[in-house]
Amino acid sequence: MNACPQSLSFSRRRFLKGTGVLVVGFSLAPLTAEMLHAAAPPVDLGMATTGNLDAWLAITRDNTATVYSGKVELGTGVKTALSQIVAEELGLPLAGVEIIQGDTERTPNQGYTAGSKTIQFGGVQLRKAAATAHQALLELAAKHFSVPSSQLVSESGVIRVKDDSSRQMTFGELIGGRRFSRTVDAHAPLKNPDDYQVVGKPLPRVDIPEIAVGKFMYVQDFRVPGMLHGRVVRPPNTGAVEINATLESIDDSAARDIAGFVQVVRKGNFVGVVAQTEWAANEAAQKLVVKWNSKPGLPDQSKLYDVLANAPADEKVLTNQGDFEAAFTRAAKSLTAEYRWPFQTHTSVGPSCAVADVRNGRATVWTASQGVYQLQGALAELLGLEPDHVHVVFVEGSGCYGHNGADDVAGDAALLSQAVGKPVRVQWTRADEHGWNPKGPAMMMRLKGGLDEKGQVAAWEYLVWTPTHVTRPGAIGQAHNLLAGQLVNRITPKGPMLGGDRNATTPYRFPNQRCVTYWIHTDNSILRPSALRGLGSFANVFANESFVDELAAAAGQDAVQFRLAHLADPRGVAVINAAAKQAGWERRARSAPKLTADGVYAGRGISYLRYENLNTYVAAIAEVVVEPKTGAVRVTRVVVAHDCGLVINPDGLRNQIEGAVIQGISRTLKEELTFNNTGITSLDWATYPIITFPEIPEVEIVLLDHPHEPALGAGEPTIAAVAAALGNAVFDATGARVRTGPLTSQRVKGVLTANAGAMSKSG
Amino acid sequence: MTRLNLKVNGKSHSVTADPQSMLLYVLRNDLALRGPRFGCGLGQCGACTVLIDGAQARSCVVPVSSAVGRSIVTLEGLGTLDHPHPLQKAFIQEQAAQCGYCMNGMIMTAAALLKRSPNPSDERIKQALASNLCGCGTHLRIVRAIKRAAREIA
Repeated sequence: MNACPQSLSFSRRRFLKGTGVLVVGFSLAPLTAEMLHAAAPPVDLGMATTGNLDAWLAITRDNTATVYSGKVELGTGVKTALSQIVAEELGLPLAGVEIIQGDTERTPNQGYTAGSKTIQFGGVQLRKAAATAHQALLELAAKHFSVPSSQLVSESGVIRVKDDSSRQMTFGELIGGRRFSRTVDAHAPLKNPDDYQVVGKPLPRVDIPEIAVGKFMYVQDFRVPGMLHGRVVRPPNTGAVEINATLESIDDSAARDIAGFVQVVRKGNFVGVVAQTEWAANEAAQKLVVKWNSKPGLPDQSKLYDVLANAPADEKVLTNQGDFEAAFTRAAKSLTAEYRWPFQTHTSVGPSCAVADVRNGRATVWTASQGVYQLQGALAELLGLEPDHVHVVFVEGSGCYGHNGADDVAGDAALLSQAVGKPVRVQWTRADEHGWNPKGPAMMMRLKGGLDEKGQVAAWEYLVWTPTHVTRPGAIGQAHNLLAGQLVNRITPKGPMLGGDRNATTPYRFPNQRCVTYWIHTDNSILRPSALRGLGSFANVFANESFVDELAAAAGQDAVQFRLAHLADPRGVAVINAAAKQAGWERRARSAPKLTADGVYAGRGISYLRYENLNTYVAAIAEVVVEPKTGAVRVTRVVVAHDCGLVINPDGLRNQIEGAVIQGISRTLKEELTFNNTGITSLDWATYPIITFPEIPEVEIVLLDHPHEPALGAGEPTIAAVAAALGNAVFDATGARVRTGPLTSQRVKGVLTANAGAMSKSG
Repeated sequence: MTRLNLKVNGKSHSVTADPQSMLLYVLRNDLALRGPRFGCGLGQCGACTVLIDGAQARSCVVPVSSAVGRSIVTLEGLGTLDHPHPLQKAFIQEQAAQCGYCMNGMIMTAAALLKRSPNPSDERIKQALASNLCGCGTHLRIVRAIKRAAREIA
């Protein structure tokens, strides 16, 4: 038992309320032993824009910096990267920085850890806090030694008077265990990136050694004394956005015979079982006979895109430049196409897990949530408690790739714990995770393009049908965005119109262009939609960059040259050129498919994007071979050129890019959730296959480092480039343009056969 | 519930469990081990892999009763922070993790592979791991780590 809930739940905020002290300037009053232990002066937390330096970091007497980060480690290496940023500004070694993550009583509210914004925004906040702290330390030392701070040198956590080694103090001696009691100074002097010692270095991750030897604690390993185990029994219409089932009856006679059975819990349509062991909870859940009154709530999967096209939706014009209609009518050559992307799910290898202790009007919940403050509000409503009485603590889980079951399972555990009055751990099953976590929603894109006489794009129209990609539990009043809340309150999940239009607007200089989003109402989105890595950019870049490729082919131009001819942004041009150079891209118009000596088709494809049209630049080139008889696509090589401004940790960045390429291939070639009228039928890895080792290509990465540019997010951008690069490579290889994902052998073969049929008719 | 004796990482343990319950649950919940991980409960993903009498086994589908009297080795039994197994060392050196949740299965499967085939090719490694799933896409680093460990052992 490594985790002690008492030490984890030590309350910085509660301490503040207890003291009621208002301190101006530097307080040198010693703190209590408890506070020294926690290295955490009392501060006001919870404000997204907290200006209080003490909310962000503290220096202990032993000269380490304790950083309070609202941004959390989801397997992307940010714990290490954020430590590097703080170590750099303070001039401490990496080992001198300890990060406390995601805790509603200890860390500031920095919003969700999502959207590739941890380094981009969270890193900047921590950098400013560290710079302010360093400035404060210099001022303290100047006062102590009675010299101007220009006479001081700060190095490795020690500040000394220039040319006088007898006069020096460590950070810990200057401030250790005391508050800074100042606000974060947005203009505190920052280190010049040219002098960086820690940032920009491929330092090894701080957490990997413990993972490798089985010492690391994931939330799945978290235990508290006296803890019971729970399972939830779910209604029909697995994964549907609207769960229409009403509970009729529960027969627990068989479950009661299980050794260790404790109790069945019912609240509204929420049904769970609690037992003394995990195994007994599994067995009891299986033996529980639950009768539901429900009707089939989902359409036939074969009608998916018709349903999307006809669903009630709100039209929102994103861009409208020039006169698309007139230019399209005048075009020398015009094309139209419809692209489609299916529902996909989070491929977290470890299903979600949480522990909750809800007793005496207070709750403590441990889970791998991406937003502890946001979950706090939703749990408070679910449990009928004051938000201040709900303490949410982040504990790392399996990789999540967005909004998986981490919040839902916390709601499950909390309701069960409240009912039995003891701590309860809920470990979701594989079928829970595949069936019930929120899904990357299906999308449909309709495009029109017109070329002028010179083969330049004169007209471009992009229409996209999508529901929101964000139904996270957001704040108080959003318990229904937790599965448990939906079952108790019978309210469907809600969300603002977000994410579906990501990268919908073309990055190219097309003179007459229109881009419109049709936001499908959440209740009509079929499966419960929310954030999956890249959100709408995955399908939007697939459609945008595939259609640009179609126009390049129609113009008889090289795909790289065609893009460069329409692109003004020099950093965009640079990534395309860098990828082309690394790949050895030969500039040519597409030629007729030819079989290689091995009897397969071979081709290459490029894709380009600027993430969210304003952040990281990515160009990806894929090389594929296609087996003519089966249509099976094998990716042999992927080259990525990547510009995310300042690079914090190049090895961590490469790891993210490699992962995005591989997950991107998996989603492009293999992943598609299946469902029937009563719910999702992809409930395990056999029915939702993902990429395996024999299918992994070589990945080559070119990093374009810009140390003086802001650091931009890098977890998501690359994955958005993958589908179009692959689709374009399949087209280059075979002449088959596959416009519906995933590009399974069956789909590719279908298009190849249709093309051959058309050829023989026209020939 | 039955009293059972298990030999795990060279030590004998007496546990009380439903003999039909799966070995993974006993390792994690009764012996408080963190190496073997719950991933699917179906033997599909490999996160729960342990060695039983030297061979890889998916402990989520091995009834605990069938493991009695056999030698079980988990990730903890391979090595420690101070004395890591060459595979553990190589995974750290190659930074072969993103979330790291699948790493147990990768290392334990590779440990069994390297016993059978001390100097495997990339293709052999990929085939040996074909039924071990990684959601983060760390595959390339995992293959590099296994090759590095093979070189060190040889």
